[in-house]
Order: sequence, then C-alpha cells, then structure tokens
Amino acid sequence: MKRKHKRLTFVAIGLLALGTATALILTAFEDSIVFFYSPTQMTEKPLPPDRRLRLGGLVEEGSVARAEGSAVIRFKVTDLVHSVPVVYEGILPDLFREGQGVVTEGRLVAGVFQADEVLAKHDETYMPPEVAEALKESGKWDDIRGAMTHQGPPAVAAD
Amino acid sequence: MITEIGHFALILALSVTVAQAVVPMVGAARGNPLWTAFAGPAALGQLLLIAVSFAALTHAYVVSDFSVLNVAANSHTDKPMLYKVSGVWGNHEGSMLLWVLILALFGGAVALFGRNLPPGLKARALSVQAMVAVGFLLFILFTSNPFERIPAEMVPINGRGLNPLLQDPGLAFHPPFLYLGYVGFSMAFSFAIAALIEGRVDAAWARWVRPWTLAAWIFLTIGIALGSWWAYYELGWGGWWYWDPVENASFMPWLAGTALLHSALVVEKRDSLKAWTVFLAIVTFGLSLLGTFLVRSGVLSSVHAFATDPARGVFILGLLLLTVAGSLALFAWRGPTMKSGGLFQPISREGSLLFNNLLMAVAAAAVLLGTLFPLIAQAFEYKASVGPPFFNMVFVPLMVPMVVAMGIGPLMSWKRADLGPALRRLWFVAAVTLGALAVTGALVGETRLMSMVGIGLAVWLAGGTLVEFAGRSRLDPHRMARMPRGAWGMTLAHLGLAIAIAGMTGAGLWKQEKVLTMQPGETARIGGFDLTLDAVRDEPGPNYAATRGIFTARRGDDVVAVLSPEKRVYTVEGRPTSEAAIHSMISGDLYAVIGDPQGDGYVVRLFWNPLVPWMWTGCLVMVVGGALSLTDRRFRIGAPKRSRLRGAARPAE
Repeated sequence: MKRKHKRLTFVAIGLLALGTATALILTAFEDSIVFFYSPTQMTEKPLPPDRRLRLGGLVEEGSVARAEGSAVIRFKVTDLVHSVPVVYEGILPDLFREGQGVVTEGRLVAGVFQADEVLAKHDETYMPPEVAEALKESGKWDDIRGAMTHQGPPAVAAD
Repeated sequence: MITEIGHFALILALSVTVAQAVVPMVGAARGNPLWTAFAGPAALGQLLLIAVSFAALTHAYVVSDFSVLNVAANSHTDKPMLYKVSGVWGNHEGSMLLWVLILALFGGAVALFGRNLPPGLKARALSVQAMVAVGFLLFILFTSNPFERIPAEMVPINGRGLNPLLQDPGLAFHPPFLYLGYVGFSMAFSFAIAALIEGRVDAAWARWVRPWTLAAWIFLTIGIALGSWWAYYELGWGGWWYWDPVENASFMPWLAGTALLHSALVVEKRDSLKAWTVFLAIVTFGLSLLGTFLVRSGVLSSVHAFATDPARGVFILGLLLLTVAGSLALFAWRGPTMKSGGLFQPISREGSLLFNNLLMAVAAAAVLLGTLFPLIAQAFEYKASVGPPFFNMVFVPLMVPMVVAMGIGPLMSWKRADLGPALRRLWFVAAVTLGALAVTGALVGETRLMSMVGIGLAVWLAGGTLVEFAGRSRLDPHRMARMPRGAWGMTLAHLGLAIAIAGMTGAGLWKQEKVLTMQPGETARIGGFDLTLDAVRDEPGPNYAATRGIFTARRGDDVVAVLSPEKRVYTVEGRPTSEAAIHSMISGDLYAVIGDPQGDGYVVRLFWNPLVPWMWTGCLVMVVGGALSLTDRRFRIGAPKRSRLRGAARPAE
C-alpha cells in the first residue's frame, strides 16, 4: 500500500469507530436518560409514559411508615408545596431521615411513585444539587436552610 | 506553633515553586546552564517544604489539636490512631494538601533520579510541573487553608469526628493511591509539554515517560480497585460499580492512561505515533484535573458526594481550563512539526496498538459525555441524569472488539504482519472459547447472551495471552528467566484483565438478591446456601454502638461460614453505618446486611455475588504485571544510547 492509501485506511477505521460510537451513544441516550422531577412538577406537569424518572425533594416529616412483616417502606417526598407518596422495598440508605433531602428513582404508577432505588449519600450535610434547585423553585429554600443545622461549609451556595 | 510552621512552609513552598516555574524555563531557552540546573534543587526544596507542611498538619491530627479548625471539624480524641492519620486527607483541605505533596513527590523523584536526562528537557519538564503546583498551592492558600485557627475562646473541648463511612481501612488508603495515580499522570503531561517546547519526541523521551506513566497507572488501578472494594463492602448494596460521576471521574483518566501506556510503547520501539502520544498525555492529565474538579466541586449529583463548596469548584475549573486550553493551543502550534519515523501497515503490532488506543479514547469520550450530560442538559433547563444502562450500552460494545483484538495483537510483528499465521496459532484458543460459550449458554438462563459474551471474552483473552507467552518462552524455564520483565508484565496484565472480566460478568449478571424481614431462628435460602439468623446482639465498639446479627450459612448440613453483619451508630457523629458481612469463596461471595428492627425481626438483605473475588484478583494481577514491567532493565538502566542498541538486537515485544 502507498503511504496515502495507508493513511486513508487509518482515517476510515477511525471514522468507522467514531460513527459506531456515536450511533451507540444516541440509541443509548434514547433509552436511558432519566429526567428529574420535583414533587410540584410531578403533580402539575404531564409525565412521559413508561419512563424511569427521578423524584427528589425532602422526606416529609412524619410520613415514613413500614409495613408490618415485610421490608416495604412508604414515605412522602415533598418540596413543601406538593408531596408525592413513595413506596420502596428494601433497606434504606444509612443517612435516610425525615426532613432531609432525598433522590429516588423508579416509576409513577397511579399517583404513587414506585421507587426501586433510593440514592444514598455519604455525608448528612450534603444536599443533592437538583433537590436544592427544586426547593429554590418552590420558594421554600430559605425555610429549609434555616431549619437545617449545617455543620461546616454550606452544602449548596444560597444565591 | 507547629501548625504555624506548617502554614509558613506552605507559603515558602509557593515562592520556591514560582521560581521553579520561571527560572529553569528561561534558562533552558537562553542556554544558561546555571539557571537550567536550578530546576532540580528547586524541586527538592519544594518537596521538602510541602512535606514539612503536611507533617505539621498530621501532627495536629495525631495530638488532636482542636484549636486548628480543620482538626476540630474532622477529628475526635476517641478515634483510633489509623483514622486520626487518615483523617488528614479525609476532608477537602487536607486532601488538597496531599495532592500537592504527591505532585512535589513526583517532581522530586525526577530531580533525584533524572540525572541522565537531557538538562533542557529536565528543566522544562520540572518547570511545567511547578506551574501546575503554583495553581494548586494558590488554591489551597486562598480558598482551602488547612491551618486555619479557631479563636482561643472558641476552641472546642473535642472535635466533631470523621464521617463514619470513611473510618475504614479500605478508604483510609483509597485517596492516597487515587491521587498518586491522578497526579502521577502530571509527569507524562510535563514531559509532553517540555517536548512540545523543544519540538522533539524520540525513543529516549518515550523511555523516560513510560515508567512514570506506568507507575501512575499502577497506583490508579489500585486506587480504583480499593474504592470499588470499599463501596462493595461498606455501602451494603452488594454492588461494586455504579457508573456514578465520582467513579467515572477516576475511570476516565484510567482509560486515557492505559491508551497512553500503549502508544508510548510505539514511540519507544518504533518512533511512530508521536503527536498522538503527546496529545494523549495532555488529555490524560486533563481528565485527572477534571476528576479532581468533579469530586471537589459537587456540581454533579453523586451517590459518593460530600458536602462541598462551589466557590472552590470554580477555582479548580479555572485551573483546569487554563491547563487544558493552554496545552492544547501549544499542541496545535507545535504538534504538526513532529514527524513520525517508523511507517507501518494497518495490520501490524502498531496497527493493533493504535486500534486499542482508538477504542480506549472513544470509550473515554463516551464516559465523559455520559458523565457531563447532566451539566449539558442543565444548560438547556433540563434536569436529567444518565444511569448505568447508558454506560453499559455504550461501553460494553466498545470493549468487545478491543478485547478480541487484545488476544491477537501481541502475536503480530511490528511494522507489517499477516493475520493468517497469527490466527492459525489461535485456532485452539478459538475452539476452547467456543466450548466455553456453549457451556455458559447451557448453564445460564436469563442473561444468556451477555454472559456468553463476557465469559467468551475472558477465555479468549486468557488463551491468546497464554499462546503468546508459550510462543515467546517455548515453555522453557531458562528462556522464561531471561525474558524481559516488560514481556512478563504484559502477559500478567492481560491475564489479570481476563480474570477481572470473568469476575465482572459473574458479579454483574448472576447476582441473586433477597430483601426480607427475619426473626431470630428463621432461615432464608440464597445461591444454594441456607442462612439462619441465630441471634441479634448489641455490641459496643471503640467509638460506636453496634447491633450485630449472627447468621450461620449452611450448604446441605455442612456449616460453611458464620456471618456477622453490623449496624453501627457512631456516638460522636450520631450517624449510622451498615457493616456488611462477607464470606468469600472462589465461586463467589455470600453477603449479608442487617437493617432496622421490624416488628419482632429485622430487615435483612442477603446477596449471592458470584465470582466477585475474581475481580479483585484480576486487578491485583494487573497491578503485579505493571510493577514487573516497571522493573524492566531498560527503565532501570535508562541510558538511551545503550538501550537503543540493545533494543535493536532484541526481539520486539
């Protein structure tokens, strides 16, 4: 092969790899992007059918209830304007508490959010950025910030 | 007093580093030998001063000096000594100090061991290294000072303690190894920039860069494996990889670094792929900086996230953009001047290494896109996340051709090769692989296709690697003893990957999980084992109170193991953690977690995680392979001229 042809071969292989990767990425995106909803958005907006969603907000005070004899847990996620009931089966992350920020993932079935994942975190002063955002939108961010006893630097800048 | 010395040493280090960034660069440009030679002593001075500073902070932790804000916020007198020391880097400020300490450590190593480096290259590389250090020292001194004091009247009697999840041996050593890896890639970066300035990349350059890259790669591999292992046993979800932003942050430099290792080999042996190698060196370190930014800024919602301060993130982002934009601009300007020497056909050893590079780079880019997608979406007012399905769908198909090629590539000769003879040597391996595929397909139900792919790849890669090894050594012990360590290293590293792939397949696809409420005396069945909850007891610990469940695992009537998972509540921090109990066997791990009380019983989570120990073993074998390769004669002796002669006489590996 001449040098020029060789280079063309490499370029062709490279383009092929990139093209394949792009195609893979686009199909994968189609199926696996998970949109985040605050309780208000989940209540007021129409939802895309048959999709996994994320729901984030605060665990409503006094809402956590366990079903006797099983590992099913019910609680409500709220942004202090609306709240959405959640059902989850399993062991909750260690830092799951009432009144704290939480992100859950699953599907909304007949008004109840069937979570198959409750995202854990490693640090109790940590507030997931989406949750902070959702609380700012619902106008309740300042109430929360006052109520939360932060130690150390603020988890999210108040702006 | 010691704390103030530490702070002062850090400020001195900054001024020495500024001098190290400027003087040798100017000296090398003007041909002033005295200025050029300043690089070495300055790097050692910088290392000494930062080491003093780090020692001062460690001292404050060891003696529990709570007048230091950082110690008061992250330590406690009741904490075991190991975690007092690891607490130094268990927080933002201290971990950044560790970052610059390691950066200085690598600089100091070049100053000490780089005696036979060309003085110009050494001076420029150390100067670039110092520029990076200046950025991070400024960052520490202005936004994250670990030596800040608390006013005397407000000094607390005791500290707030360390996040209990971090009080664990796996995590005590995870950050240092991760940083040794991240920061280790700064060497390849500095040498790449120096080479761009000098406009010369040759075999000697590659021989210099490769061991540093290899060392960084080894550390990063250990760091990632430790982190994954920790997540596996400490978080109690029975999983080991979530494609979480923080995990991806360490994985992207690993992918790029692995590509860099292989392309530097081509520069060294064949004087080709020079510009690409330099580019990869820049990208790898850029991704390391990006990793630091993602972890330290908390811009992405991560399960591993800690409370963070966005102002600091902006500073690191600035450093990142400056470094990457500056070096890529330099690359665009000077890169085209690098003419490749060795020509090669697409079907050749170089061709297969290039193929590996291409796929690694594309995979790194795909992971990058998936990781940053939430940020991109945010710019368009969407809040979205990309979960594990995305990464699995993109990453796995990219790795399949790569692993297939890994089985063949080492059998091909440099410059030009025929696929025919290489494939003829592999017919037996192909047959064994097909057999393994059939067995897997027959045994596994639901996840048949993916299981067959995973196990098939593992068997193919292991077989191809062993055929190459057998061909090279002719299975003669004398020949084996004389084989270059680099060849041993490759064999082991590739075998390690094969073992790890088998482990990931088993752990990822054949996992069994049960969540249920159990009362003492009850028995549950999982993975062919019967687990009986014998008792639940309260146990005190040094700085926590634990609820411990005692499970007896039986297979038939034989007792296999006693598992005692704990739920701990750390008294100082008031936080609970779950300690999983794991019994490892060659076939897999039995894994039990105990949760909250529920009526008369407890919520428990039981897992059968097949082949998990294979993953850790595979990583370990890869690391041993890397370490063996690092001790190869050509790196130890390192005199480029002699090695070049030897290299010509030796069969290419």
